[in-house]
Amino acid sequence: MNEISEDIKKDLKDQPKFQDDIGSKNQDHHSFELGKQSFLKKIQHFLHGNPTIVPVIILILSVIGFGFLAGGKFFSAFNLSLIVQQVTIVGILAAAQTLIILTAGIDLSVAAMMVLASVFMGKLSVEMGMPTLPAIIVGMVAGVLTGAFNGLLVTRLRLPPFIVTLGTWNIFFALVIFFTGSQSIRSSDIEIQAPLLHFWGERINLGGFVFTYGAFLMIGIFVFLWFLLNKTAWGRHVYAIGDDKEAAELSGIRTDRMLVSIYAVAGLVIGIGAWVSIGRVGSVSPTSFYEGNLDSITAVVIGGTSLFGGRGTIIGSLFGALIVGVFSSGLSIAGLDVLWQRFALGCLIIIAVGIDQWIRKVSN
Amino acid sequence: MDPVLIAKSVSKKYGTVVALDNADLELYPGEVLGVIGDNGAGKSTLIKVLCGAVIPDGGEILLDGKKVTFTSPIEARTLGIETVYQNLALSPALSITDNMFLGREIRQKGFLGKFFRFLDSKAMADEARKRLSDLGLLTIQNINQLVETLSGGQRQGVAVARATSFGTKVVIMDEPTAALGVKESRRVLELISEVRARGIPIILISHNMPHVFEVADRIHIHRLGTRLCVIDPKKHEMSDAVAFMTGAKEPPKPN
Repeated sequence: MNEISEDIKKDLKDQPKFQDDIGSKNQDHHSFELGKQSFLKKIQHFLHGNPTIVPVIILILSVIGFGFLAGGKFFSAFNLSLIVQQVTIVGILAAAQTLIILTAGIDLSVAAMMVLASVFMGKLSVEMGMPTLPAIIVGMVAGVLTGAFNGLLVTRLRLPPFIVTLGTWNIFFALVIFFTGSQSIRSSDIEIQAPLLHFWGERINLGGFVFTYGAFLMIGIFVFLWFLLNKTAWGRHVYAIGDDKEAAELSGIRTDRMLVSIYAVAGLVIGIGAWVSIGRVGSVSPTSFYEGNLDSITAVVIGGTSLFGGRGTIIGSLFGALIVGVFSSGLSIAGLDVLWQRFALGCLIIIAVGIDQWIRKVSN
Repeated sequence: MDPVLIAKSVSKKYGTVVALDNADLELYPGEVLGVIGDNGAGKSTLIKVLCGAVIPDGGEILLDGKKVTFTSPIEARTLGIETVYQNLALSPALSITDNMFLGREIRQKGFLGKFFRFLDSKAMADEARKRLSDLGLLTIQNINQLVETLSGGQRQGVAVARATSFGTKVVIMDEPTAALGVKESRRVLELISEVRARGIPIILISHNMPHVFEVADRIHIHRLGTRLCVIDPKKHEMSDAVAFMTGAKEPPKPN
């Protein structure tokens, strides 16, 4: 016994105070070669602390790159505003997708949810004579309910989100075909019966730049979600669940309830997107946005949000969507075949996830 | 003095495996109660029952003499029992402040807080800084630093600060030094003494005999799902404790 307490006393003497240790503000004061940190390591740390910087750099580089490649045509006010118009829908879907991916989930059904909601809006107002605004609200509620349905399946049945949404993607798509009989609701009919459905497709000219109202709404959605994620407890809990679900549970977060609410909020965003999509496309087509599911995931991943959850910013996904838009536009103006656009996007995805993996190593 | 927390003949079975067999435990005000036992003795199940993570099959728990039942850790927390889990239950990607207030954030006063549920980041940062400085950890300079950028000992410090900020009745620490180096373990032991000095009783579960013998006022020895005996670390050697724990020696008769 004596021996032990002697030991401990010696211990105490030998050990510097914890305060000295904890006092260094440097992030890896406990690593051995503080001063000799390599340049690469510094970049890694910097990116780790500022995850949005990668998509911003890629966006700037790709704009400059395509400016050279495609010439003045790319930089024309018309083309730049066209890019923004084109990414509106994928951007809104990516905003919803970001919420899900931040929880370490994935949602393969976002586009199918959106088309289903737009079918409700179109069917009810154009073909069944419901006033337009209530029809729009029904469509948005359909978005919330389908989102919550995904969330319930994920939390109650404890199935992986990938499988749940792979299933619901098909279910929602089948419902769309069932409700529409594979028939589109024509743009001209909408214009006569329910012009309000086209509201977000209307254009405004700002010194040569033509924007749809929908583009502003998309920006609004991103700003709103930014506040939600960063300034409210709900938002901090989204990150906590994605980061470490068990820890979140032990910290007193009711994780299942939170997850359902996250899927429902994503559903609401998608429901709003459904209204915007009618304005963008003009008609309500059961087969539109078939690639929207994967495009939204692409935008989120390129935007620097980690597929493993807990890391990323909502604004990054906006940049991600813009990068995809810039790539498609630039490559097509430069006269490259569509197949090379796909090729380039594929490379981008792999590079983005590779960078994410590398940045995540910092914490170990 | 009456015990703050009492477990009375608590039982828990997992299938045919008996994890707790009428186990008892008493925690008195202002003390550090060490809990030791061999692997599989049921001490972690006992602790999980006390912090609400496991619902016992039988027996009862009394807090301040009143019978309580927990169905989740949240309920135990609201009654003032805080736990520092072995894995700390921190979110590495969130800041120190975020972690300290996870699940009980402070909202802004007035309109913004009430209707938009905006967080009062400043109040939380100030409070977190105060809590850490109370425990002598003030020197963490940036309270909004991400937890993953902290060392193991610092993380432990944050988890302990969180538990003691809100744990008004009891703080339970599960293997707080298991993942730490010598220097950081030392600091955690000092933290335990500081928390005790503030009058909050602590249950310390550890495999590390020297650590338990250093800080515990009494040592509860768990064996085969139940309490074997409680010893005074000043009157017994560590080798005795190990002998009781493994069944090599008869335990002392309780007085």
